[in-house]
Amino acid sequence: MPYRLKFRVKFLAASLIAAHAVGAWAQKGETVKIAWLDPLSGLMAAVGTNQLKTFQFLAEEFNKKNAADVKFEIIGIDNKLSPQETTSALRSAMDQGARYVVQGNGSGPALAIIDALEKHNARNPGKEVLYINYAAVDPDLTNSKCSYWHFRLDADTSMKMEALTTFMKEQPDIKKVYLINQNYSHGQQVSKFAKENLKVKRPDVQIVGDDLHPLAQVRDFAPYIAKIKQSGADTVITGNWGSDLALLIKASNDSGLNVKFYTYYAVTTGTPTAMGAASDGKVYQVGYSHYNAPGVMVPLMTEYKKRFNDDMYTTDIYTVYAMLAEAFVRTKSTEPVKVAAAMEGMKFKSFNGDVEMRKADHQLQQGLYITRWQKVDAKNPYSPENTGYTLAPVKFYEAYVASTPTSCQMKRP
Amino acid sequence: MNVEFFAISLLNGVAYGLLLFMLSSGLTLIFSMMGVLNFAHTSFYMLGAYLAYTISGIVGFWPALVLAPLAVFALGAAFERYSLRRVHKFGHVPELLVTFGLSYLILEVVQLLWGRSTVPYGLPTQLQGPLFTLYGTQFPKSRSFIMAVALLMLLAVWLLLTRTRIGLVIQAALKHPEMVEALGHNVPRVFMLVFGGGAALAGLAGVIGGNTYITEPAMAASVGSIIFVVVVVGGMGSLAGAFLASLLIGIIQTFAVAMDYSMATALQGLGVAVTDQTFGYELMKLTVSQVAPILPYLFLVLILIFRPKGLLGTRED
Repeated sequence: MPYRLKFRVKFLAASLIAAHAVGAWAQKGETVKIAWLDPLSGLMAAVGTNQLKTFQFLAEEFNKKNAADVKFEIIGIDNKLSPQETTSALRSAMDQGARYVVQGNGSGPALAIIDALEKHNARNPGKEVLYINYAAVDPDLTNSKCSYWHFRLDADTSMKMEALTTFMKEQPDIKKVYLINQNYSHGQQVSKFAKENLKVKRPDVQIVGDDLHPLAQVRDFAPYIAKIKQSGADTVITGNWGSDLALLIKASNDSGLNVKFYTYYAVTTGTPTAMGAASDGKVYQVGYSHYNAPGVMVPLMTEYKKRFNDDMYTTDIYTVYAMLAEAFVRTKSTEPVKVAAAMEGMKFKSFNGDVEMRKADHQLQQGLYITRWQKVDAKNPYSPENTGYTLAPVKFYEAYVASTPTSCQMKRP
Repeated sequence: MNVEFFAISLLNGVAYGLLLFMLSSGLTLIFSMMGVLNFAHTSFYMLGAYLAYTISGIVGFWPALVLAPLAVFALGAAFERYSLRRVHKFGHVPELLVTFGLSYLILEVVQLLWGRSTVPYGLPTQLQGPLFTLYGTQFPKSRSFIMAVALLMLLAVWLLLTRTRIGLVIQAALKHPEMVEALGHNVPRVFMLVFGGGAALAGLAGVIGGNTYITEPAMAASVGSIIFVVVVVGGMGSLAGAFLASLLIGIIQTFAVAMDYSMATALQGLGVAVTDQTFGYELMKLTVSQVAPILPYLFLVLILIFRPKGLLGTRED
């Protein structure tokens, strides 16, 4: 072999090895900064604080061991539940080097992030930022306002209502339904989808009330309870969360109103305490998981409770890490552009089984549970806020049952 | 609207109104006696709730009912003595600002001590459950308890101000402080007691309001604006006015929730065609029940336009 050729082969081999090594090293031990933009002050601070702790707690868990061998670092910024504050929080997050942002409370801030990222990513190729939405459930976010840079892990309002009404279809004791919701996009959507779905699945059911009250303003729900009583309703559907649900159920129990509540967020801070013994068997919830789910979640929730004396209820934060780690492995990179391409249509395993990030609209497809508030027992031992009660599963719907169509016309870069 | 609904709503309205009165009476007292508009007033309400939560965890609810307002009294008096009195000579604006600052300070301290989440502050078993059942709807003991305490408080404050020596000195110190001082009374100390007393009244409202509603760091902010409405509507500095305004606002808000009428339905009732194409339909289709929580503020604006001194106010300026 002539000298020059030998050198070339050696050089080629060496550069191949080096290239490969760089590829692998591109993630091994690499730090992935994730900016968390949600409320840490104001009326919904309790919910936000709980979720930030969940992000930090699960980052620790995943840093011990994850498929891509990266280190996750959380930058928590208070967005005060306001779209405007969210925009400046996002800027500060990008200044601190975050290429991934997560947010979940309120669809207003969610839209603000989508708008800002559409502009930023178009103007700064090579510096793209991805948005992972873990709890904002307005269906518009994956329909008319869908974005390539947005990925949603929670089931949206229409999917949850699909599962809830499929369950209600089989409950013959439901005859008169009362709707009470918060007066902003989420509450209005719950009311709208409840009416549409019930019309198709239970045309015999009568809607006897449809109330919208201001978000996080009402201190005393007793007047609403008197109104529900007067309407003769046997069932209430509500998308309320945080203090709005806790106070509603508390007022209902105080007045001895005998109705069943079908809810979205019976797990958020304060609500388990408000339900207590008086709501035994009377409150249902739809969600992608529950307190007594099989698999990795219960040990994690128990550890979280031991450490923070609080309940971990936004469990799809686990899915955030599982999905990112999986996409890092598949692309051998932490570069958002490559990761976004890999996440589209990706099937992977999360704590609640096999899930798929639907390519058409970036909405995660997953099974949904219907749970009921009842006393803890051997099968369902987890007791939120030390109430001695729990949400026990009564029905599970596979991903295809709860799936709803999308009208998203996604523009891909 | 049937009899059952009317009776229950009236009770609910009165109970809420009486809580509002407990909250605003201290504010109106401090304002009428000292001329200080205390922005931190609802912070004392919050402190009352949190202190009662902690104290009732150690010695039980009934001692806490007395101890928590006393603690708030001490804090309020100390604030007047060491902070408010020093800025008094610079006029109204520094006074206002220092109470404004205090409200932020208390909020942060509460969050540091008790956390940002809700605390599980519950009533003792004697006060749980229904007191009586009216046409099949239970009326909870907790609400009746609020009503009873508020009425007792009104009676006590009124007796104190009009039938005792201390009340006489307080009233005199307002109009002629120099004269009272010349008679050998310590006017600054009277002011300190008044401020502490007003804070204690808010603290007492917190002790019983904190568990009927929810004890959390945002509880001060959520009632902050409504009590100013009560004081202005009732008439600056009038205790009776505050009582009347509280009841009115409580009842108006409670009954408004039941009214599903909107401007659109009213116009349709008059034979005017209103569709979703009509100009301003988004505004017209809002029902009374949807705007119920903002009605007090509308009421406030109307009062300021047509009767600026308030319902029972005496000041003409």
